[in-house]
Order: sequence, then C-alpha cells, then structure tokens
Amino acid sequence: MNLYQRRIWTNRVGIGLSMLAMSFGLLALLWILWTLFSKGFSALSWEFFTQDTPAPGTEGGGMRNAIVGSGMILLVTTLVSTPIGILAGIYLAEYGRVSRFAAITRFVTDIMLSAPSIVIGLFVYALMVATLGGFSGWAGSVALSLIAIPVVVRTTENMLKLVPTSLREAAFAVGAPRWQVSIKVTLRAVKAGVVTGVLLAIARVTGETAPLLFTALNNQFFSTDMSEPMGNLPVVIFQFAMSPYDNWIELAWGGALLIALLVLSINIATRIIFRQKKHL
Amino acid sequence: MADAANIAAASAAVEDAVLRIRNLDFYYGDFQGLKGVSMDVARHKVTAFIGPSGCGKSTLLRTFNRMYDLYPGQRAEGEIIFNGKNLLDKKQDVNLVRAKIGMVFQKPTPFPMTIYENIAFGARLYEKMSKSEMDDRVEWALRKAALWGEVKDILQRNGLSLSGGQQQRLCIARAVAVKPEIVLLDEPTSALDPISTAKIEELVAELKEEYTIAIVTHNMQQAARISDYTAYMYLGELVEFGVTDELFVKPKHKHTEDYITGRFG
Repeated sequence: MNLYQRRIWTNRVGIGLSMLAMSFGLLALLWILWTLFSKGFSALSWEFFTQDTPAPGTEGGGMRNAIVGSGMILLVTTLVSTPIGILAGIYLAEYGRVSRFAAITRFVTDIMLSAPSIVIGLFVYALMVATLGGFSGWAGSVALSLIAIPVVVRTTENMLKLVPTSLREAAFAVGAPRWQVSIKVTLRAVKAGVVTGVLLAIARVTGETAPLLFTALNNQFFSTDMSEPMGNLPVVIFQFAMSPYDNWIELAWGGALLIALLVLSINIATRIIFRQKKHL
Repeated sequence: MADAANIAAASAAVEDAVLRIRNLDFYYGDFQGLKGVSMDVARHKVTAFIGPSGCGKSTLLRTFNRMYDLYPGQRAEGEIIFNGKNLLDKKQDVNLVRAKIGMVFQKPTPFPMTIYENIAFGARLYEKMSKSEMDDRVEWALRKAALWGEVKDILQRNGLSLSGGQQQRLCIARAVAVKPEIVLLDEPTSALDPISTAKIEELVAELKEEYTIAIVTHNMQQAARISDYTAYMYLGELVEFGVTDELFVKPKHKHTEDYITGRFG
C-alpha cells in the first residue's frame, strides 16, 4: 500500500470514528426526546394547564400552579439578572480591561459559572429563608439569578470584545463620553449576541431544581404571592416522579416534556436571532 | 535628521496657525514613536502627512485629538497649542477636544444605527436641539459631505446598509455635524475605489473653506493634489515641512526627494 492509499484509509477511519461518536451523542438526545414525547404527550391536556396539582389519592389534576409559579420566578429572575449581568459585562469589557478589580470580578464570575447549583440553593437558604422566616418565590428568584447572572456577564463581555477597535475609537472621536460609547454604540453593535446570552441564561435556569428545593420549595395551591412558598415545575416533577400515584407520575412526564420543549424553543430562538443580526 | 532651521522657516510661512506643535515626543511604552516634532497646522488649509509605514504620521494625527488616551502605556510629551491652551495638558477635557477636533478613520465606521442617528449622535452630545433643528443639522451635515442627494429618502435605514464610499462620506458628515474646527482624516480613501476616492478628494477641497483639514495619506499624488502644506516624516521625525508645491517640486532634503520620486518607501 503506497502513501497515498494509506492516507485515504486513515481519512476514512477518522471520519468513521467521528460519525460513530456523533451518533452516540445524537442518539442520547433523540432517545430522551422520544421518551418524553411518548410518555408525556398524553398528559398535556386542557386540564394540565387549567387545574392545580392534585392532593394525594385524588384523580386528575394539572400543573397550573406550578406553571404560573415557574413563570413568575423566571420572570423575576430575568428582570433581575439581565440588567446586572449586562452592566457587569460592560464594566469588564469597556472599563476594566486592565484593572485588578475587573480581573477579580472575572475570576469570581468563572467560579460562579461552574458552581454546583445545590450550593447556591443552600447559600440562599441560609441567607434568606432561614433569616426571613420561610420559603418564598423571591428566594427562588434570587437563587436562580445567582446562576443566570454569570452567564449573562460572560456572554456580554465576550460579545463586546468582538467589537472592532475602530468602531469604539470612532465613537470616542465625536467627543462621546465612555458610558455613551458603551451603551449607545458598542452594546448596540452586539445587541443580538447579548440577547442570545440572556436567553441562554434563562434556558439554563429553567430546569434548575436544587436551588428551588431550598428556596421556593413548593405549593400545592395556586398562588401568585412571591413572598410565600411557590409551586414550580422542576420541584413538582421531582416530587411527583418519585410518588406511587399513577396520575402524579403522568403529570411529572407532562411537566418534563413542557420544560424540555421550552428550553428547546429558547435555544432555537437564540439561533434565529443570532443568525439574523450578526453583522458588526 | 530634522533640520530645525528648515522647519522654523516653513512654520514661519504658516501665517494663521490653528495648531502649534512644539517638541512633541510620543511613546508606546518604551518605544519612542515621535521624536521632537515641531510644526504649525494652518487654519482653513489642508495639511498632508506623508511618509513610509511606521514613520509616525498616524501617531502624530492621533495626538491632535488625544485618541492615544484610550490606551494605557501610550503617552505624549511636549506642546500642542490649540486656542491658546496645551491640548496635552492633563487637565484638558478630552471629550471637549474631540468635539472640536473631529476624526475620520481608514475603514468606514458607521455606528450600528440609522443614517439620521449616525449624524445626530455626535451633534446632540454638546448642543440642546429641538427635533426640527436636529433635522436641519442632519441635512446640513449630509449636504456638506455630498451625501444628501443619495440618502435623503432613506434616513431611517441602517448606516451599515450604505456602500463603502457612502459610509465614509457618512463618517465625514458625522464629524462635520459636531461643528469642529479641525477635521483629521487618517488615510480616509485607502479602503475605497477610485471613484469614491475622487469624491472624498473633492469634498476635502470644499471643506477647507470652513474647516482645517489634516490628512494622513499613503498616496503621494493625493497629497500633491489636495494639500496646501505637506509634512514628510521618517522614523518618528519630521524631515521636511513646507508648502506642498515647493516640497514636491523642489524638496530641500535628499531623503524627501528619494521618497517622493519613489526611490524607496
């Protein structure tokens, strides 16, 4: 076998191995989606969205309280983490390129990015739940924000770093102060990327269970009071999936499918947004 | 290499100087980018800066609006007198300097906003204007930059949707809209096609009626065509400075002659 043929065969073997590895990954994803659809789709009825979680031993029921609770906790999380994350990202990219304080902030953010969510849950439990006298939706939002903020900070910073120096200089050249350059020119140039970062952060915390177990806990009744324990999808799924009741288990599958679809559509949305407005 | 007497003679020839540069040194960290540059920039004239790559001509231009301030480690020493004050003074408000001394860059850099907003962004930084005043200012600036006819019906379109040559004229309009005294052009045509280049050159000739223009160019014909004064720089030093017609026809220095006749560079 000459050198040329050997190269062709090495190439084929390489491609073969990569395809095999890829199909393992893809298979796992499709398997999860298939299982969720086949077991959860039947649960997604009208009652699933209009009735509250059933008491033990009762028939039927839905997830209304958990869906609304999750929605409210996520909304507050988004409202808290978006401005903090974006402003911190601007600080790191536009103000603190060489400062020591920024280097420390960057380091802490990296640690927070990989911090186990159960640790964050326990932290907020000790900080808010144990001291303020009880589980609450607010505490849940704080815990989720602590997970979401670092994601927003890093994507914002990385996006701003892609802005060409020439654009930044041009904005300074008309006499604009740094904050106007940052907010009105450079941030605007990477708007799509920053929105993507926020959406990915939301997707990241949508399925978080551990932080909510210690903070929002659960509520089997419909409630929109954020200062009380609050029903939410991940904790209900956790609780119902471990239960002996058939209708609870079915609801858990439905909830799992709902979360998966939500995260999937957020991810697809980010791809579309990012593709549409990528020009710098 | 810089001949002090020669530069003094040329500076004397500049009657009404808007910028007086004296003993200007510039450092990129430890590297000295400008060495004792002294010259005058004449009001309502075009001053061209020529020289081979790395000679310091862009560096010099970027000291006029303190652009180097953005980068820690870069510093200038000496004097640049503008309206009776030293621009390099630490106490000098750099944003005010930049509003008075505008700049256009090599690559067109429209802001990621509408054509209208591109112009209004700078104009509204230092002046309170009503909507109709701003409309007038935008039209005025776009007319100055010979762009009004092409964009008057698409003012709400993104600045990035224009062609390269149009983008560069938008950047000139943006600089003019702030009503500066001086406009710095850093190789404004090197990324453009010949037709767009010709338009920008015509524009420079018109703009000098009201503004002082300082232009860095790699193109010696361009410098000869559009400038009143030319400064030839080499290795961070100002080798020769004088009236453009004289410098190109009868350079005083062998080095200048070699460069403009294409023997090196």
